[in-house]
Amino acid sequence: MKVTVTVRPREGILDPQGEALRRSLAGLGYSVSDVRAGKVFDLELEAADEADARRIADEISERVLSNPLIEEYEVGA
Amino acid sequence: MTRVGVLVFPGSCDDRDAVRAVELIGAEAVRVWHGDDHLGGADAVIVPGGFSFGDHLRCGALAALSPAMAAVRAHADSGGPVLGVCNGFQVLTEAGLLPGVLRPNASLRFRCHDAALLAERESPWLPGTAAGDRLTIPIKHHDGAWFARPEQVVELERRGQVLLRYAQNPNGSFGSIACVTNERGNVAGLMPHPEHAVDELLGSTDGRVLLQGLLDLARTPVGA
Repeated sequence: MKVTVTVRPREGILDPQGEALRRSLAGLGYSVSDVRAGKVFDLELEAADEADARRIADEISERVLSNPLIEEYEVGA
Repeated sequence: MTRVGVLVFPGSCDDRDAVRAVELIGAEAVRVWHGDDHLGGADAVIVPGGFSFGDHLRCGALAALSPAMAAVRAHADSGGPVLGVCNGFQVLTEAGLLPGVLRPNASLRFRCHDAALLAERESPWLPGTAAGDRLTIPIKHHDGAWFARPEQVVELERRGQVLLRYAQNPNGSFGSIACVTNERGNVAGLMPHPEHAVDELLGSTDGRVLLQGLLDLARTPVGA
């Protein structure tokens, strides 16, 4: 079963990568006022059903894919 | 003789310097492979610098999941001293053995120079050092901005878990904090490299202070 996890920097956490991107975009003439850089993980996992897949993905996201101090995650289909 | 286990992950690069530094100050060093589930009889542990597992995902995150780190956790839980340097500091925060997390430098630049550190307090980790004393120890990192929630930092300060601050903040670390310990005081981590500051030839021997602290704590554990 395929599950997608998106990890983002938490609100209020300085994101130097996003800020560097924003400056580069401004250099190209785009008026982008804010960029937040995150990560997307496509997981192919074995699960009994969709709820089970979500439970496993939640567990993986909390334990490994995100650091809850600075990041939040979202599990999608 | 005190035996210090120096962890080795794929991508570690300061393990040999750590071994040499430990031997220079008169202890025995053994290297511990990340896949081993024991510490080779070590009384103290150094988690050294480098780029473990290519720094993939987050710095230190994958190394924190290794079998050797489970052994380090058991060692720390029983009061054994652990020092994390640079990537090793990142590994220990990711493993939950130290508070906070290390993030990319605010400047997004790799910093490589001597750093002046101010001792926040007296500590078994800083033998012979008084509050306000200055130690010069080099840094070399891209992801060294220590961060914790402000209310958490207040707690850490209250409990005396902040040991060193940068005289000049090189990386955007919260409160210029350079070195923290766990609540029990037997695990410490910092981005600067004590193992690179053990010989006058290289400009400073201040790194010996923390390494001696590690050895002292192996002989006389905190709270003992």
